[in-house]
Formats: sequence, structure tokens, C-alpha cells
Amino acid sequence: MRSWFLGSSTVEAKVAEQTLFEVAEAVRSGRLTAEAVVTSALAKMEATASLGAFVHVDRGQALADARAIDARVAAGESLPLAGVPVAVKDNLCTEGLETSCASKMLGGFVATYEATAVVRLRAAGAVVIGKTNMDEFAMGSSGETSVFGRALNPWDTARVPGGSSSGSAVAVSSRAVLASLGSDTGGSIRQPASFCGVVGFKPTYGRISRRGLVAFASSLDQIGPFTTDVADAALLFSVMAGQDGGDMTTSDAPVPTVEELLSAPAPLRVGIPKEYLAEGLDPEVRGRLDAALEALRAEGAEVVEVSLPHSKYAVATYYILASAEASSNLARFDGVRYGHRDADATSLIDTYRRTRTFGFGAEVRRRIMLGTFVLSAGYYDAYYQRAQKVRSVFVREFEAAFSKCDVLLTPTAPTAAFKFGEHAEDPLTMYLADIYTIPANLAGLPAMSVPAGLTAAGLPVGVQLLAAPFAEKTLFGAALAVERRLGKMAAPPSASGEKP
Amino acid sequence: MKTQYEAVIGLEVHAQLGTRSKIFSRAAVTFGEPANAVVNEVCAGYPGSLPVLQREAVTLALRAGVALGCNIRRRSQFARKNYFYPDLPKGYQISQFDAPLCEGGELRFEVAGEAKRCGITRIHMEEDTGQSSHAADAPFSLIDLNRAGTGLIEIVSEPELRTAEEASAYFKELRAILVAIGINDGVLANGSMRCDANVSVRPVGREAFGTKVEVKNLNSFKFLREAIGYEIERQIAELEAGGTIYQETRLWDDAKKQTIMMRRKEGSADYRYFPEPDLPTLVVSEAWLAEVAATLPELPAQTRARLQEVCGLSAYDAGVLVATDGFAAFFDGAVALGAAPKSVTNWLNGSILAAINARSLSYQGGVGFVTSAGHRILPAAIAELQKLVDDNTISSTASRTVFEKMLTTDAAPSEIVEREGLRQVSDTGAIDAILDEVLAANPSEVERYRGGQVQLFGFLVGLAMKASKGKGDPKLVNARLRAKLDGGV
Repeated sequence: MRSWFLGSSTVEAKVAEQTLFEVAEAVRSGRLTAEAVVTSALAKMEATASLGAFVHVDRGQALADARAIDARVAAGESLPLAGVPVAVKDNLCTEGLETSCASKMLGGFVATYEATAVVRLRAAGAVVIGKTNMDEFAMGSSGETSVFGRALNPWDTARVPGGSSSGSAVAVSSRAVLASLGSDTGGSIRQPASFCGVVGFKPTYGRISRRGLVAFASSLDQIGPFTTDVADAALLFSVMAGQDGGDMTTSDAPVPTVEELLSAPAPLRVGIPKEYLAEGLDPEVRGRLDAALEALRAEGAEVVEVSLPHSKYAVATYYILASAEASSNLARFDGVRYGHRDADATSLIDTYRRTRTFGFGAEVRRRIMLGTFVLSAGYYDAYYQRAQKVRSVFVREFEAAFSKCDVLLTPTAPTAAFKFGEHAEDPLTMYLADIYTIPANLAGLPAMSVPAGLTAAGLPVGVQLLAAPFAEKTLFGAALAVERRLGKMAAPPSASGEKP
Repeated sequence: MKTQYEAVIGLEVHAQLGTRSKIFSRAAVTFGEPANAVVNEVCAGYPGSLPVLQREAVTLALRAGVALGCNIRRRSQFARKNYFYPDLPKGYQISQFDAPLCEGGELRFEVAGEAKRCGITRIHMEEDTGQSSHAADAPFSLIDLNRAGTGLIEIVSEPELRTAEEASAYFKELRAILVAIGINDGVLANGSMRCDANVSVRPVGREAFGTKVEVKNLNSFKFLREAIGYEIERQIAELEAGGTIYQETRLWDDAKKQTIMMRRKEGSADYRYFPEPDLPTLVVSEAWLAEVAATLPELPAQTRARLQEVCGLSAYDAGVLVATDGFAAFFDGAVALGAAPKSVTNWLNGSILAAINARSLSYQGGVGFVTSAGHRILPAAIAELQKLVDDNTISSTASRTVFEKMLTTDAAPSEIVEREGLRQVSDTGAIDAILDEVLAANPSEVERYRGGQVQLFGFLVGLAMKASKGKGDPKLVNARLRAKLDGGV
């Protein structure tokens, strides 16, 4: 059995469990303590520190939290995530642990309350072991806009891990943890999951409370997990999902249990949107997509061609709506109450100008300006209003597609992980990295990136499965089928070998 | 020929909703707490915080909409109004824009006995901002977010008011309605109700509006009347002198008795309104609306009509009762306990109003009339006091003494009467004895009376009342004295 054991100097701990189910069961049964599990995770985190996955860690607190879980287990609580170390994206509020959104603007900011998703994970027995790197305010597709510097792809450190949830993908890919949280506004979970060879899941909009998620684009943002396999994603989802009185956009739709998700059958009809395959798709990505399609066929699915004729407008629509909401959501970062305030400002207006000019990075400023423009008098109708109309067209097109099939299968990203700097100077080609993931956010659909093998160069490639709103059960049935046939993705060579 | 002008006035009234919690969180709504003491992550606009619309706020806004005869949108939408200011924590105000909760109502009121009406364009819900204070010469401003997130409705009138008096009467009647339906305490001085006026003038007969000027923060009826009056005169004088009216915002300077230019508007401000993505469409069910309508109390106009038609009060008395906080409810309470409408009205418009004006009594919403020492004047006490007068236990003079004592004690009127020995002497024997003494001591006055100087009767009554220490029943004193003098007893 492959081990990700790494001893620390003070506490020896051998944790060989491969899934969240196994870890939690080991802790529940008393075979392992949560403290030993967290100690091991902290050691692994240290050993992989050069990957830049983590940005804020409080070891003492993590160990104290672990001991508290051990006490709960000893007191007879049956915790679904007993002792499971979880890494949390730096845009989710955690009480007592800095939440900076990888921005100078929120440097040193500590939230006064905790995100509902994190509250629910902790209640289920999980231990937050650190905050993960990300593109600044979740704006980016490579992790390169972080004020902390880039996170590296464990499969090839010359390549990006994807973004914006770069650190959360790397933390799981490198096996520092078996689970992490990301946020997905236009693909920020699924695209880095594809690049790093892990499972990345964005639930239906409204499934998981956004309370405590620092908003980028409120109507598109959704929290979701990174895991090493599909079953673990189901476990985290079942713990976090469900209506929350702190977020009026959460749905009261019943949440399927983990057992229901894991026993979901393979889909009967798999739809392939023809528009997604028309243009120059990378042949290696196409190859992995075909492999996943074969897997679903082998599981008994019929393949149907569907059409999403307005797909080519998805990226433009997204950048108008997401930027518009962002320009408003990020207005609160004004230097008045918390976070960065420019010290050299000489007046109120100067405080605003200097704080926001020097506190935000270039990509964030670019999107704030774009969003401000599209909401301005005289442009609102032509941009924001029209984009809203197109968004409703997407919703209808997906409805039509799901009348013909149970799930859609698409590439997650147009390519495998690209090299650092490859798109950094050209925002537009960077934006196109999200071309396949954006539509699920615009239509509020659940979508998952599932590993589908490696390229000839040994880079992981994921495929994306989408289902109708709230049809997570159907989605998991398909994802489990793909995973069953293609096999669970191995850890990258750098994480699976012995200590270097 | 000299041009005749008329003014065109529209009012925008912001009224705080009298809810226990803020509109988008459970933070408490309070007044007078230390700065930033009642603030949570939602009202402070902390990262990741989300608004959660409180049902009670919507219910109160619906009451206003129904009371003002508005069409209630079954599906309304919140929107973000984006602008930067330090007391606006999120950088946007959650408000309503193109789909407000209420539209198209009207308000009827009177000016000098003449019935008037003004259309209500819309009522929308929004959150209040915090408050800034700018100390003179300080290189900083202070921000208090206690008020931030308090629920407001903005009631926008049609530009159908024509004089400062009409505007003032409209605002007074609107205030009375909002207080009567229990959604606002009506205290203008602390900003719980705020009024801005849009004022323009045009030559009589012209249809097009003149350039409008916004006069802000008119936090009393007097300021409102004076500021609008001044602004109308200023605009007319400006036009007469060949000048131009600029679209600008002005403030009333009460010391100088004039409006002062605050800022000139270069085109309209661009607030970049867009639908609030954190809040779903606000759906008002028929059941909710029906419940609001069914529980709406009597409105001021209805109360005035009832007081006149059912209780027989004059239009003036009815007007005073309805216009003074707490009077109408007090009246109903006392009358329900058996007091005569006219007597209760006299108590309210007499001793109680005088005590309020002398600041020895004040009205507190939900409590009633209270002295600074905490003694309450209740309808039951006034009913009891009046009954003591009506059944001749005390004289009406003594009743005013009892009332004064009630301001300094929690004792019931009858206890005060006993304690102070104010019980009226209605015993014929006792009165006769007093009269006999008075007549015996004043033989010449008796002689002159019997000789035809009948005006001396009053003098003798006065002496007898004085001898009784004011407790003699005046009717009995009169009757017995007349009998003794004229009957030759």
C-alpha cells in the first residue's frame, strides 16, 4: 500500500488511510487519534511547503482542535468526518485564522465569525489545518495573481495548478490533506481539479451556504470540495449542503444522503454538446474525453448529441455579470474599517484612491473597472441587461438539453496544465481557460471534474460532468461510473514516492 | 404685466421601521447606545456577510402601503445603490429601484379646513446608513454604525403640492398615519422620520416644471414650512432678476433663516443600480397582505370622523386629539370606562396638554403619559377623577388640585382626595352652620342685599366657600344661601 507517512520530529504518526471514510472510521474506532492524523497532515504540509499550497496555518490551534475532536469521540459522538484534516481556501471566513483572499487588501484580516460551510465541517468532526493559496479575490485561472506568490502543480512544478482555488487543489493533489474547500465562480474548483488530477465538485447554486465566503460574484459563487475520489466528494457535500438561515439564496430542497449519492446508478443517457467539440480542442484532452465516454457506454449509457447553440457567448456573458457584481462586492474594501489602508493618503477621496489602487492587484482592478463600466448609466442596457438576457437563454438551453439526457459530458478545460507565464500577459486567453466551466455557473448547475487519465507528457486531464439543478444524485452516479471504469487517479509521483 | 408664479413641491420622506431588529440581520435597533455597540458583521459590511431580510420589516412596510392606498407588488426586488461614503459600510445601500414594494397611493389632508389630496408615487424599502461626525479642525471623521442597517421606507410623493403650508400639512398627516399604524415613533428630532423637499417654480399656466432644487434634512414641521417658503421666494426672485435656477442640493440654515447651497448636481449621480443578487425576489402572498389589511388600526382621518360623528366632538377638538401623540387612544380608553367624551377632551386639551407643554409630562409610545419621575397618567385615573366630579365628591376646582398631585404620586385620585381632605361638603346641616356664621358676621351686607343690592349674593357665596376651605358644594351653598336670604329663614 502506498503510504503518505512522514514523521515529524516531535510526534511519530503513521497514517496510511487513503480516503476520508477510512480516516474517520479509524478515528471513530479509536485505532487512530485525531491528533495523530492532524500531526501527520501538518508534517506532510511542511514537507510539501515548497508547492506553496498553504498561506495561513496555526499548528497549535489545529492540534488543539484535533484533541477536542478526540474528546468528542471519547464522549461517544459519532462524527462522519471524525479527525479529518481539511484545508480551506483563503476566501472562506475562519474564526481566529486569517482570511486574506490572497490580497494585500485583506492582509492580517481575521474574521469575527465563521463560514457556515466550515461550521458544518467542524460540527461533523473535521479539523481545519490551514488556509490555502488562491488567485487574489478568486480572480484568475492559474493561481498567479496571489499576493503570496504562486502555488506549484505537483505533477510538474513548472506548470500552473489552475485557479482560482490553486492551493486547495495542490493541497489534495500532493496528499498533504485528503480534502479541501474551494469556491467556484466560473470554474475555480473544476479547472484546478483537472490540472492537478483530483476530483473537484461545484454543487447546484443554493446548495451550500455562501455565508462567510468573501463574495466575488454573488449570483455565481458556490463552495465545493476537492477530494482524491468521488465518494469523498459525496461525503463532504452531504455534510455541508442544505438550507441556511444565514444565506437567503440557499435552497430548501432535500439534500441526498451520502448513501443515496454513492448508490446512484450510472446514467442511462449521456449528452455531448456538439458545440464543445467543434473548435480546435486539444487532441489529448479529446482523447481523455473519449475514454470517459467509453466508460459511460460500458456502464450502459446511451450517448446522445445535444446542442447548446449560444455557448460561444458564455465567456463574454460571464465576464460582464461576474465583473459587475464584483465591482459592487469589492466596494467595501475602502480602507475605512478593516484590512489595508494607505498610510500616505491626505483626504477621504485620496484614501479611497490610494488604498484601492495599491491594495488590489492588476487583475482585480481590471475586473472592478470592467464591472463599473458595464453598470454605468448609458451602458447598463447594452452590457449588463443584455448579459442577463443571455444568461436566461443558457438556462433554457440547458433545460432543453436535460430533457434529452441525464448528464452532460464535456472537457473540464481546453488543455492540461499550462506553463507559468504562458497566459499571464494576455488576460483574454487566460479567460478562455474557463470556457467549458462557466456555463454551469451561469445556469446554476451542479458540475464535477473527474480525473480521466494522463497526457503523453504525464499531466492529468479531467472531464466535466453536468446535471440538471439539484440532480446531484444523477451527477454522482455518472461520476462514480467514470471513476469505476477509468480507475482512481494516483497521486503525482512527487507525492507518492518516499521522502525526497 | 408682472409674471405670477406657482411652486411645485414633492416630498421624499424617510421613515425608520420600528422593528426590534435591523432590516437585514438580527442586530438590535436601539437609540442612545455607545457608538458602534449594536453592530454585527452584516451591518458593518464585513467580508462574507450576507443580508437576511427580516419579515417584520416587510410587514411594517406593507402596513404603510395599505394605509396609503398603494398597489402592493406581489413580487418586488431589492437593488444595490452603489456609492462610496465612510458611513456606508458595504459601498452600496440595499434599496429598491425599478420594482418597489408599493406604488400609486394617495394621501388626503386638510389645509385651513380645505380638503386636499396628493398622490404617492411609491414606497420602497431600504437600509439606513451609519452616521458620520466631523469635528472641526480634526484630521479625521468619526463613524458610528449603530444606525447602519436599520430598516427604512422612503415615501415619495407626486409633485402635486403647491405651497409650503400644503407641504407641511401633508407631512403632518403622513406622520400621524405612520404613528397610528405603529410603524414609526414619529420623533422628528432624532431622525426617525426625515424629509427632503424638491421645490421648483414656474409661471402660472405653464405645464413644464422649472428646474428643481432639493432641500434636505427638514427635521421639523417649522423648518419644513420656513425652508420651502424661503426657497419659493428665492427662486422667484432669482428668475425675476433674470437669473438661472441650478439643479442643486440645499440645506436649511435655521439661524440665518435661509437655504444654503450644499452641492450642485452636474447631471444626475450614477448609482449603478442593479438587482441585489444576495436577496431573492420578495414575494408577498395574498394571505400575508390580507393579514396586514385586517390588522390595520383606524387611520387618523377615520378617527377624526368618528370623534365628531359618534362622540359628538367639534372638528377642532377631534383635530387636536388626533394630532397629539397618544391623545386619541387615551380618549378611547377613558370613554370606554364611562367618562363623558366632552370631559375627557377637556382633561386632554386642558390639564394634560398644559402638563406636556410644561414638560412635567411626556408621551412615550407603548407606555402612555409619564412624568419624569415615572408616574403614569392612565385613562382609568382620569375616568375615576371625572367620576368624582360628576358624583359631587369633589368640586371641579378640587379636581384640578388632584390632577396636580397625580403628577407626583402613584396614588389613585380617590386616595388623593382623602389624603388631602378634598372631599366636598354636601351636608345641608354643615353648610347651614357655615352660612349662619357668615350671615351673622356680616349683618350690614345682609341688610344691603335685602335692600336690593343683589350683586352682594356672590360676595357672600365667596365668603362661605372660603369658610368651608373650598370644600363646600357650590350648588348647595348657592341654594341654601338663597333660601336663607330670600326665604327669610
